[in-house]
Amino acid sequence: MDLKDKLVSSFLAFENNVDVDHPVHDIRSEAIKNFELRGFPNKKQEAWKYTSLNALKKIDFSIFPKQINALEYKDVKRYFLHEIDTYKIVFIDGVYSSFLSETTHDGVDICLMSAALSKPMYKQIIDVYFNKVASKEESLTTLNTAFSKEGAYIYIPKNKVPKKPIEILHFATGNEASLLLQPRNLIIAEENAELQIIERHQSLTSNEILTNAVTEIFAAKNAIVDYYKVQNDLKNASLIDNTYISQKNNSTVKVHTFSFGGKLTRNNLNYYQNGEYIDSTMKGVTILGEKQHVDHHTLVHHREPNCESHQDYKGIYGEKSVGVFNGKIIVDKIAQKTNAFQQNNNILISDKATINTKPQLEIFADDVKCSHGCTIGQLDEEALFYLQTRGIPKKEAAALLMYAFANNVLESVRIPELKMRINRLIANKLGVQLGFDL
Amino acid sequence: MLKVNNLHAGVEGNEILNGINLEINPGEVHAIMGPNGSGKSTLASVIAGKEEFEITEGGIEFDGEDLEETSPEERAHKGIFLSFQYPVEIPGVSVTNFMKTAINESRKARGLEDMPANQMLKLIREKSELLEIDRKFLSRSLNEGFSGGEKKRNEIFQMAMLEPKLAILDETDSGLDIDALRIVANGVNKLRSKDNAILVITHYQRLLEYIVPDFVHVLHEGKIVKSGTKELALELEEKGYDWIKNESVV
Repeated sequence: MDLKDKLVSSFLAFENNVDVDHPVHDIRSEAIKNFELRGFPNKKQEAWKYTSLNALKKIDFSIFPKQINALEYKDVKRYFLHEIDTYKIVFIDGVYSSFLSETTHDGVDICLMSAALSKPMYKQIIDVYFNKVASKEESLTTLNTAFSKEGAYIYIPKNKVPKKPIEILHFATGNEASLLLQPRNLIIAEENAELQIIERHQSLTSNEILTNAVTEIFAAKNAIVDYYKVQNDLKNASLIDNTYISQKNNSTVKVHTFSFGGKLTRNNLNYYQNGEYIDSTMKGVTILGEKQHVDHHTLVHHREPNCESHQDYKGIYGEKSVGVFNGKIIVDKIAQKTNAFQQNNNILISDKATINTKPQLEIFADDVKCSHGCTIGQLDEEALFYLQTRGIPKKEAAALLMYAFANNVLESVRIPELKMRINRLIANKLGVQLGFDL
Repeated sequence: MLKVNNLHAGVEGNEILNGINLEINPGEVHAIMGPNGSGKSTLASVIAGKEEFEITEGGIEFDGEDLEETSPEERAHKGIFLSFQYPVEIPGVSVTNFMKTAINESRKARGLEDMPANQMLKLIREKSELLEIDRKFLSRSLNEGFSGGEKKRNEIFQMAMLEPKLAILDETDSGLDIDALRIVANGVNKLRSKDNAILVITHYQRLLEYIVPDFVHVLHEGKIVKSGTKELALELEEKGYDWIKNESVV
């Protein structure tokens, strides 16, 4: 049986474990029908031209973990931002771990999707927000919607700011030979609310893991959301990360994506501007080696006037790695005075590495400022020589230049400890010790 | 200290240096002058080890050792320093952190431990005062957004920090106003000693009023066509390079 058939037939088993009378279940039933109709995307589709799921589709993934697995904190501590105090929503093989988590209902709700989908007190919010910005057509998103049951649920009421950043961590123990995970997150920041989220998917063994995640983010008037995605997974872990963001007047949503690992990573990051004076910012640093593959697909839909969007993705590709950047900007006719900027700069440090970069601008308004630029280059020989003449060996000199290249993306990271952590990940990834904390 | 023997070098079969002979001893200051395109900067880069240039004949010895197989960083560790005409910008890496890396890499190459932080800070303070460099400047990203004068001053600051045996100053005076020139030259002069040597590469005589050379060499079409004392620089200034060009044809 192929993976699609297996998934469709598993839906019946899934229904035994959820409340089929809940209105959300109608959404799930619709979604599975959609997935059954469309199936997995393939390379004939423009959006999937450079990223193939064929190899993953051949793997016999378990859809539900057979047992509940536990982890000791000391064994996974290094994946947490343990230098500072955080709220934590932790899942092990897709199952919530209360032991590793620290949730709260103190003025804000930082808890579980399963709770939000089952308890009557959340019903009103679920009715208003659940699956309202996520695509009802994109097949992997509908697949996630069909099986949506668990994930992070974060609700920040008007004028509230949580005391500390929130970490969402997904561990895969590898106790299954191969496992498909489908977390579903819902994040709502009401008027003037502000929050910071750090998200990480981490496999702990060499067994095959495929995560197909969907996150919906709603930012109301004046809300500020900072979302950091740390993607530094093991080499048999793949991730399809679908993020949908709806913004209202004067809100700011920034998503930073740091892609340093994993086998295949596809980031679908979609912004919908539903108000004026909105700032949508997406930044990324990608550093790949081996045969790693990362595909960043961004969409910003400017639907109202006077808004901004900023995109800045930097990529460094070594060995046989493959990078894709596809940035789509749509400016509706009504969206006058839009400022949309897009930048994608890449360095290839191996002859066998590949980058496919494509800006896609659809502009229907006439009074807008839109700019895009992409570059593909090598390390500057003159700069390397300069550093070497100061006694810095070539390898370290190259690392320093790559760090400098990626640096302006890091400048906007607002959690200093996270910035340090990312710096260290970059140094590790580049295989150097630089004599100072970058 | 430095012996350049019949050096022929070029890039992709295009010969730029056509048999240079030059000997520099400890305590000496040499100046190389010459018109644009005479090979001045190429000579500086070849001594510092730039891989782009191929040595086709002759060679370079430093402290009795042939440098042919020596990488730029190893030359730096041996005590060769090149002040760049166009220093490179490195965003995100502060002047201080850059110097820490450079100094500790050199120490590592000599089998020494990292320099203790307090000693490093003391050294940075001392040398930045020498070049009249503001503290704030040190936490800025290396060369990023620096004015021409700031870049050059920063080059000499790096030289002061690294204390090379042989410092090559490639067009250090270009882009400097008279005040900056004085500060830079003053810094260089304070670093002069009987154990180190300086090779000044310049198009104009101006810098040599401040950094007074023991020897002046004139480079033309990849060859030293005339050598003399500091008076030669004045003569050149007066008569212009055409004088040399015409003379060398004869």
